[in-house]
Amino acid sequence: MSRKKPEKLIDEKDVRLDGRGLKELRPIKIEVGVLGNADGSAYIEQGKNKILAAVYGPKEAHPKHLAIADRALLRCRYHMAPFSVEDRKSPAPSRREVELSKVIREALEPAVFAEYYPRTSIDTFIEVLQADGGTRCAAITVASLALADAGIPMRGLVSACAAGKVEGRLVLDLMDAEDKGGEADLPLAWMPNLNAITLLQMDGNLTIDEFEKALNMAVEGCKQIHGLQKETLKAKYVAVKEEVEE
Amino acid sequence: MKSPIMIRVKQKQIAQLASLGKRLDGRGLTDNREIQLEVGVVGRAEGSARVLLGKTDVLVGIKIGVGEPFSDAPDKGVQAVAIEA
Repeated sequence: MSRKKPEKLIDEKDVRLDGRGLKELRPIKIEVGVLGNADGSAYIEQGKNKILAAVYGPKEAHPKHLAIADRALLRCRYHMAPFSVEDRKSPAPSRREVELSKVIREALEPAVFAEYYPRTSIDTFIEVLQADGGTRCAAITVASLALADAGIPMRGLVSACAAGKVEGRLVLDLMDAEDKGGEADLPLAWMPNLNAITLLQMDGNLTIDEFEKALNMAVEGCKQIHGLQKETLKAKYVAVKEEVEE
Repeated sequence: MKSPIMIRVKQKQIAQLASLGKRLDGRGLTDNREIQLEVGVVGRAEGSARVLLGKTDVLVGIKIGVGEPFSDAPDKGVQAVAIEA
């Protein structure tokens, strides 16, 4: 890694490297139904993150022995493109990707009415085209939209956002430089409809007080993201309605 | 899964249309699909491009890195190609 580490991640006026305030999210752009061949798909740009998610199913589970008698099998693959990071990443699944696939699946599972589709599988593929920190959160956000786009009945959308501590200050939605140079990172996936946390991880150290503050910040971030998710989904059906009326 | 009958019906339809100089998607026999090209799509890659050919959408990224050459070809680099379908 030859990139020079900047001396300060946050200046005296609480302005971050990319010009954001402490409690500000990166600019987010979301699209749904971007792929023609998948049952459901979504694309997100969160700052420099670019992530694509595709959902196939519910369909007959293969191999058959994996099928569950009373509910659908949810499968998830998180994958980073070789060109998504500074140093080329091998296209083979890394330990990190295998773990993230698992935690993302577990973050989405409580949202899906899997019992409506026994003996089937619902497969989610997440492709990180460009990574800049907080990809697991953006991946959960975009995967839950892709599931909704596939028409799979859900208890609600899952929104995800990270908070953390950088240079002694609590910040929302860490980017790569802050993640690497900061003291703590707290990714959170939250379901606004159920007021339930479906993923909570922590990297680094926080005091109990800081942890509670960071958690509340992350929840606030999730609320904002949830608003954007709803807007995007609704916008798609408004467009379809207009097309039908024409 | 398409049944063999459906395939044969489709085949006939394509042949019929072709004899009239037409195709399933409304193009003429010598018309190409609409093509859109874009470069510099992925900032992290040294080079990247995206092509949209009809409903086919392909994204390519190039990464350059320093590595150790193979011992039998010390003056040559290595090119690795990975396809994500």
